[in-house]
Amino acid sequence: MNNPSPTAPLNYLNHKTGLWSWMTATDHKRIGLLYLYSITTFFLAAAVLGLLMKIEKVAPGETIMTAQTYNAMFSLHGIIMIFIVVIPGLAAVFGNICLPIMIGAKDVAFPKLNLFSYYVYITGAILGLYSQFANGHSPDAGWTFYVPYSAEVNSNIILALMAAFTLGFASILTGLNFIVTIHRMRAPGMTWFRMPLFPWSLYATAWIQLLATPVVGITLLMVVAERTLHVGFFDPKLGGDPVLYQHLFWIYSHPAVYVMILPAMGVVTEIFPTFSQKPVFGYLPIVFSSLAIALVGYFVWGHHMYTSGMSIESRWFFSFLTFIVAIPSAIKVFNWLSTMYGGSVDLKPPLLYAISFIFLFTIGGFTGLILGAVATDVQVHNTDFVVAHFHYIIFGGMGFGFFAAMHYWYPKIYGRMYNIRWANIAWGFLFTGFNFLYFPMFIMGIQGMPRRYYDYDPQFQMGQTISTIGAVILFIGLIGMISNLVYHVRRGAIAPANPWHGVTLEWQIPSPPPHENFDDIPVITRGPYVFDNPHTK
Amino acid sequence: MSTTEHSEHSEYIDSETGKMGMWLFLFTEIFLFGGLFIVYSVMRAKYGEDFHHGALELNAFIGATNTVVLLVSSMTAAMSLTAIQKNQPKVAIALIFSTLLLAGVFMINKYFEYGHKFDLHLYPGSEVMRNLPKGEIMFFGLYFLMTGLHLFHVVVGGVLLTIVMLRVKSGKINSEHFLLLENGALYWHLVDLIWIFLFPLLYLIT
Amino acid sequence: MENHEESHVTSYALNAKVLLVLLSLTVLTILVIKLHLGAFTVAMALFIASIKTTIVLTYFMHLKFEKPILRVMVGGIFALFAIIIVITFIDYYFR
Ligand code: HEM
Ligand SMILES: [Cu+2]
Repeated sequence: MNNPSPTAPLNYLNHKTGLWSWMTATDHKRIGLLYLYSITTFFLAAAVLGLLMKIEKVAPGETIMTAQTYNAMFSLHGIIMIFIVVIPGLAAVFGNICLPIMIGAKDVAFPKLNLFSYYVYITGAILGLYSQFANGHSPDAGWTFYVPYSAEVNSNIILALMAAFTLGFASILTGLNFIVTIHRMRAPGMTWFRMPLFPWSLYATAWIQLLATPVVGITLLMVVAERTLHVGFFDPKLGGDPVLYQHLFWIYSHPAVYVMILPAMGVVTEIFPTFSQKPVFGYLPIVFSSLAIALVGYFVWGHHMYTSGMSIESRWFFSFLTFIVAIPSAIKVFNWLSTMYGGSVDLKPPLLYAISFIFLFTIGGFTGLILGAVATDVQVHNTDFVVAHFHYIIFGGMGFGFFAAMHYWYPKIYGRMYNIRWANIAWGFLFTGFNFLYFPMFIMGIQGMPRRYYDYDPQFQMGQTISTIGAVILFIGLIGMISNLVYHVRRGAIAPANPWHGVTLEWQIPSPPPHENFDDIPVITRGPYVFDNPHTK
Repeated sequence: MSTTEHSEHSEYIDSETGKMGMWLFLFTEIFLFGGLFIVYSVMRAKYGEDFHHGALELNAFIGATNTVVLLVSSMTAAMSLTAIQKNQPKVAIALIFSTLLLAGVFMINKYFEYGHKFDLHLYPGSEVMRNLPKGEIMFFGLYFLMTGLHLFHVVVGGVLLTIVMLRVKSGKINSEHFLLLENGALYWHLVDLIWIFLFPLLYLIT
Repeated sequence: MENHEESHVTSYALNAKVLLVLLSLTVLTILVIKLHLGAFTVAMALFIASIKTTIVLTYFMHLKFEKPILRVMVGGIFALFAIIIVITFIDYYFR
């Protein structure tokens, strides 16, 4: 962590030092950093698994691993990426670091609960890892744990389920904390509609974390009961219904994709006004589209089950609603573009990432409509098309949103600046590699390449090889980006309090922020995006 | 907003804030049981007959007794709040203690109820249970999981209220600061609420 | 803290009355079941249970005296759950 230089004023990084002060920290910014370091570690580990899977697929037949290893690998990759990386992701890291500052509070509503939820998270993550290595039976049921396979197979499914349950609990506690914080801790004068949009997106997200997670929690417990007590809620042999499992699983997991994407939308909504030096276009529509996405998002889970034997009526219903959710998402895209239009656009790394977010998210969104329509989904269900789609949304959306946030708030968090040129080059590799990696998967999917296979027909040779090359390029970009950020934590140029000329509250306090953010709680007298500093015009 | 003060500066969490936190937590509990209720309703629609036969095996009298027990305990919990607000800590302690006693009665009843099922070798995974019709296996599976999870909440609520009682004794909870008592009571009422649904849905099926 | 002055005190008598109503409703549930009303039985039992729930929420859990925002939240939660059940049954009912 940062070396306190004798002259520097005390801030949250150096007002106390030593490992113990970090492990018992209740300061929301420190907890955010704890999450950041843990999540980055897990992300890298799972990304390596992804790379290994791609290398396996560079040529048909067995290349570097057996089919069973591949199955275990995509399960572990999926479990880590979904439950340990992206679901907590932005909310736990940047929500923690920025939310209290952006609403003018000294901390979240329940700081100790916040620390507790971090330890719950770590416990879950360790359980997840342990499930992989305990007595050599890595779970191989994918991150979706579909029954009856997951109820029968002889691998460490119970451990993996308990891990997901524990991680869910951590996510509930974070959500609870944020909702109360936003209701009760806003600075005087900060009315709901003077609140910046990143907190708004966290608010919508928190409700999903709070209300959807328990459903999957109890579902996973039912699978555990099924394996240990032979009750069979979902096992047709015992009178259960496997489709019911899918209902319950997706009642959570569809809203969960909004837990991933909504905060990323919030991040880019902060970035566009700052780098255009122009108020955000359509504040209210953005607020209400976040709320609408969160609400309607509860009712579309069935679009993952068109081929599972649901009734025709419910396929119709879910397909219809799925198209409805596309509307608020599109509203946001138009608002972002309009925010940049006519502004003094400054193409710094955060904005580069934010623009690539729009690009990749839009591709992911349109292909999502293909999957949302029953007729076309039946063709591409369980093919590489799906894998490409959700990587465009999750990695291209949430992942690039995360990178955008990292480059945007980095100077605030560390009080140092990374190397901009280096960041731009790394971005180039990431963006290029990403598209080479995943775009061919759309095409192969349409041609019939199934997902979760370690092998393929020779006709896919070309696409698979391009895709693997993309993975390597992407990796170079990842390493470039991360090493830039890590290297400059201590060696970067000292960053001013407000390097991007932002107007939200976090830019009005020193970098790094002091322990309790504000000496005096600010009094808010106007909306969040008023650019009247000398840099406009 | 009224709460600009950081909680570290004060030993006590602002009561509105603390209560909202508790309510949100109760919402998650509702959805936790909600998942089970979804399974229940789907399975009951599928196996109406079998559920009826299963329910005949349950002791509706114990079920009804436990309903009354929980309702009364809910009232004593609510009254303990009244007592502390009126600055009558002794009364409050007595009322919380009655709540705990009633929780004990509830658990004893459950002990006999489960005990009887075990005597009949009717428990998840048993030979007897596996040979039942599919719908009855399902019914008893749900019965054990739902009442079991509820029982777990009774125990947690009991522990919570014990802590509350000790704090009232030590004066940490008093007529000025009683957030923890309020939250403990809220939790206890939730335990009651869930039972209000479990009772007709499990014990009284025609 | 300061806001405790406004916090409402429910009298012992009111609590006792609420309990009486709840107990009568429990008796009513059992009677309804014994009457064997066929398809209506479940509906009636659930209806009575919802009334009891509302009473517990309103008086024992003090919703009546809390800020409106909490009432909105509680109402929303139950509505959300009801919608989810209904949507699930769009599948099961038509299958
Ligand atoms: C870093 C580069 C990444 C690479 C090279 C990669 C590659 C892969 C590959 C090859 C699969 C298996 C496809 C199949 O056989 O069906 C896969 C599955 C998956 N990936 Fe990634 N991925 C990467 C990043 C991510 C990220 C950032 C996320 C989430 C945020 C993610 C989430 C998933 C999920 C959920 C699955 C499905 C697992 C399953 O089928 O159970 N991946 N990925
Ligand atoms: Cu979905």
